[in-house]
Amino acid sequence: MPGSSASAVTAALLRGVERREEARRWLLVLPAGLFVGVLLFFPLLRIVSLSVWDPIFTLRHYGHAFQDPVFYRVLGVTFKVSLLTTVGCLVLGYPVAHLMAHARPAVANFLMTLVLVSFWTSLLVRTYAWMVLLGRRGVINNLLLAVGLISEPLPLMYNLFGVLVGMVHVLLPFMILPLYSVMKGIDRSLMLAAQNLGAGPFRSFLWVFLPLSFPGVTGGCLLVFMISAGYFITPALLGGRTDMMMGQLIELEVSQLLNWGYASALATILFVVVALLFLAYRRVATLRLPSGAS
Amino acid sequence: MRYLYHSVCGLVLMYLILPVFVVIPLSFSASPYLEFPPRGFSLQWYQQFFGLRTWYGSMIFSAEVAFLTMVLATILGTAAALGLARAGFRGAEALQTVLIAPMIIPHIIIAIAIYGWYAQLHLIGTLWGLVLIYSVLAVPFVVITVTGALQGLDPNLEPAAMALGANRVQTFFRVVLPNIRPGILAGAILTFALAFDEIVIAIFISGTTGTTLPKRMWEGIRTEINPTIAAASTILITVSFVLFALLETLRRGLARGKR
Repeated sequence: MPGSSASAVTAALLRGVERREEARRWLLVLPAGLFVGVLLFFPLLRIVSLSVWDPIFTLRHYGHAFQDPVFYRVLGVTFKVSLLTTVGCLVLGYPVAHLMAHARPAVANFLMTLVLVSFWTSLLVRTYAWMVLLGRRGVINNLLLAVGLISEPLPLMYNLFGVLVGMVHVLLPFMILPLYSVMKGIDRSLMLAAQNLGAGPFRSFLWVFLPLSFPGVTGGCLLVFMISAGYFITPALLGGRTDMMMGQLIELEVSQLLNWGYASALATILFVVVALLFLAYRRVATLRLPSGAS
Repeated sequence: MRYLYHSVCGLVLMYLILPVFVVIPLSFSASPYLEFPPRGFSLQWYQQFFGLRTWYGSMIFSAEVAFLTMVLATILGTAAALGLARAGFRGAEALQTVLIAPMIIPHIIIAIAIYGWYAQLHLIGTLWGLVLIYSVLAVPFVVITVTGALQGLDPNLEPAAMALGANRVQTFFRVVLPNIRPGILAGAILTFALAFDEIVIAIFISGTTGTTLPKRMWEGIRTEINPTIAAASTILITVSFVLFALLETLRRGLARGKR
């Protein structure tokens, strides 16, 4: 029939147009894709290959890691610091996100600005500020000495305490922002319904709001844990000798011991851990840019 | 109960924000040590900063790196976002993952990977070495902001312009670009800020030549006890604030335009 052959021609033409359109899109994405591919993935693959070729295929760098008590200690510290940082961020971030989600728009905007200002300030500057605050002759010790609460400076940094204070401070926005975006989407009438049915404010929070905010909790916790696990600057400046984390061990092996094979194996292990956490994160949240602009 | 809740929130917000401001008064101190509250007022640490080539030179170098990164990453990222928009073509998701990867991978891993490679290529301590890797880190931010702007764009505008006789280039420059400009600008500001503040990768690949401001601070942070670092920090904070204010203005303007 002539009609169907005409529509077949149209369909073929449309397919041609579609294919051209697709090619055009590929062309637009390709420069960025190639750029990131060459400059990021090539060096990363080089690291993976350095970890197993030395000079022929070997797993001894991984063997070294899994037999070395130092590696286990560093892994333990990394896990402990990341976990405590995550818990700290959740405990401090949850009430703030809750307040932001329920405040008047003007107040919520102001609180958001505070969070973003902190988020925007250079990580190095904020860590330095904590060095100034927590040092032996730092602001906090001087203040406590002047008031007479203590007679000797407290050891506030170069230990686990200092690392946690700094890490929680730096990563708090990464908890507050996902929590807030989930809490903002919770239907407030559900809380009112619970209260109409006789639940007090506390019970309606516990049985209605809290479970509904869980996607934000999981997302924020995974994000903070993931970033903590690979952190370097804050633990390096505020931590002590015994609180070394994975990032610091990698840095030590590369810049002081020039042990590329071992450092590459450590980097590969860290990468796998973070990649697994990221896959878990993707299941619970879509990656959004934590900024006012998105 | 309510009182407790509000005071907890207030304390957390103070914890979040006060440390940012603690270094500013220190940078105006007259004392050669870090003392709080600062004794006296002086601009000597700024004089020191702008008098020493190692300090102000590193700031100028950082600005150059940040500017070039901004240009390169904004062009690449905007093109990629346009290509990925209204995704659904083969491989789009894989490409998206590739483009997001630099945001996820710990910087310490990227730093040592690039360090080893750059050492072979003699790119350590060079302007372009830094610009190239910072652009990699920055592209995802541009992709995300421009994609956001494109999602707000009426999908009928482009076909309408073409039906009215505009060609592809005209359609892009006259119809698409003016509509997504805030997204592109936001991406550009983010990339500038990222390149100006980055420290982990700079520790490795910003050498004795081509030292960025954060790298210069890192070198002195444990050894120099005078407040020049506080002055450098204040400068970094000021730059961040200006960029943040620009971004917020942009966002407010965008929100008004949509209404």
